[in-house]
Amino acid sequence: MNAVLLIARRELRGYLRTMTGWIIAAVLLLIDGLLFNAFALEGSRRSTEVLTRFFYFASGPTMVAAIFLAMRLLAEERQLGTLPLLYASPVRDRDIVLGKFLGALVFLSGLTLATVYMPLLILVHGHISVGHLLAGYLGLLLLGSASLALGTLGSSLARTQVVAAILGAAVLVSLLVAWLLASVTEPPFSSLFASLALHNAHFPPFQSGQVRLRDVVYYLLVTWVALFATTRVLEARRWR
Amino acid sequence: MIQVEQLSKYYGARAAIRNLSFRIDSGEVVGFLGLNGAGKTTTLRVLGCVLLPTAGTVRLDGQDLLTAPRQLKARIGFLPELPPLYEEMGVGEYLSFVAGLRSVPRERIAARVAETEERTGLRELDGERISTLSHGFRQRVGVAQALVHGPDLLLLDEPANGLDPVQNVEMRALIRSLRGDHTVVVSSHILPEIAQTCDRLLVVRDGELVAQGSEAELEERLGVGAGVELEVGGPVDAVAAALRRVPGVRAVSVQPAPGGRALLRVEAPDALRPALAQAALVAGAQLFRLDVSADRLESLFLKLAGRGATA
Repeated sequence: MNAVLLIARRELRGYLRTMTGWIIAAVLLLIDGLLFNAFALEGSRRSTEVLTRFFYFASGPTMVAAIFLAMRLLAEERQLGTLPLLYASPVRDRDIVLGKFLGALVFLSGLTLATVYMPLLILVHGHISVGHLLAGYLGLLLLGSASLALGTLGSSLARTQVVAAILGAAVLVSLLVAWLLASVTEPPFSSLFASLALHNAHFPPFQSGQVRLRDVVYYLLVTWVALFATTRVLEARRWR
Repeated sequence: MIQVEQLSKYYGARAAIRNLSFRIDSGEVVGFLGLNGAGKTTTLRVLGCVLLPTAGTVRLDGQDLLTAPRQLKARIGFLPELPPLYEEMGVGEYLSFVAGLRSVPRERIAARVAETEERTGLRELDGERISTLSHGFRQRVGVAQALVHGPDLLLLDEPANGLDPVQNVEMRALIRSLRGDHTVVVSSHILPEIAQTCDRLLVVRDGELVAQGSEAELEERLGVGAGVELEVGGPVDAVAAALRRVPGVRAVSVQPAPGGRALLRVEAPDALRPALAQAALVAGAQLFRLDVSADRLESLFLKLAGRGATA
């Protein structure tokens, strides 16, 4: 079997066999459910608006879950001393990173899709388009993928999982608040910062049912850059 | 098989190893001996492709480990000082994962895992979770993961680390059983441990190779008095006289031992042990013990690896 898939499968099983994976899953689903009940369903709104608010409120827990899922990916390997097993195998560093990322992404995607019963309730009791539903979930998966990749980068830099989570969250928050920098800087920096904002600039179209190529490309690019940087960190470790 | 030339590795300004050069032939079992911090682990990590060297070359059958690492990694098995185990996996599952990672064809994985488990005494534990295993068995799983893909070169970093005496003996027997099928490099800071297992010793001190050769060659070169100890009862003086007459014996000293016995220290090469035993028995001794002198191994180790010592 391809090394990437082999590593991804082991990683996925790791989430399913340890408490960490189940705790993250339970907390994510609980918070998503509470937010949906408390805010998305609040007042009398049109079905489309409720769905838009559902995706908006689901995006935060998805990002947080991504950071917590990613923190173990490489930091735990360093903590447990299992990284030499991967380094000593005929596997490229990028395959290690990709395999680990894919395992976590499949788990995160499973958690995200497990929230589908809430939009389905709206579908049953109101009028929403399937396109809106698909666009919203695509946005959540892309946002989750980018957050997971940033978390993986944090995990590659840290020796412990706690530090990994802090580093991943720091990078994520820096991108989240890029719009604040945009508001206090002059062009062309203001437009640059505005376009870099992880949530504000790129997620709202998905939550309202639109799929724009530039948003898809943005999230894929963030994912790629973060994974590329992670690969470079792993390579650099061999020199230290 | 493996040719190391001018190998150096610096961590910042500190040299972990400096200008190491040595050669290991196919099928040899070589011991890498040194005190803690001497550079053994760093050297094995470089040979295992876990670390890249600051300078120097490592060639495996003429191929450079730096320029063709992926092809060569499949021919190397590496057990780090801390066995790299995934606690949540079962033993068989873990070994299958490692075999897949090391490019063993899918249809051969089950057979390779079964064979390796048989060899390392893990067959009964195939379905056991690694987190439930004792230290000794975890160490065995560590050796098994290094073996599972049938590597030509096997690197074992302190494989007997933390094992109890029984496990230690089992581990030595396991390593000895690998002779012939694999080229093995074993690191240790305990001379008696690897002297019994290895054909040749490479001694490192402060990151530099200070001596190499078989135990006997090193004793000869360093002028460490070869020694054999006999614990005997019966006519001690007659036995001592008989031992002195054995060709090759340089001196015999007698010390009283508990239970009315005597401890005879004989300055003689290891190879004379059968002749010494025979001479003692013919002289009427009750032979309770015959062994290589522990003092001798200790003295050799201190001469070789001790700080400030000269080889």
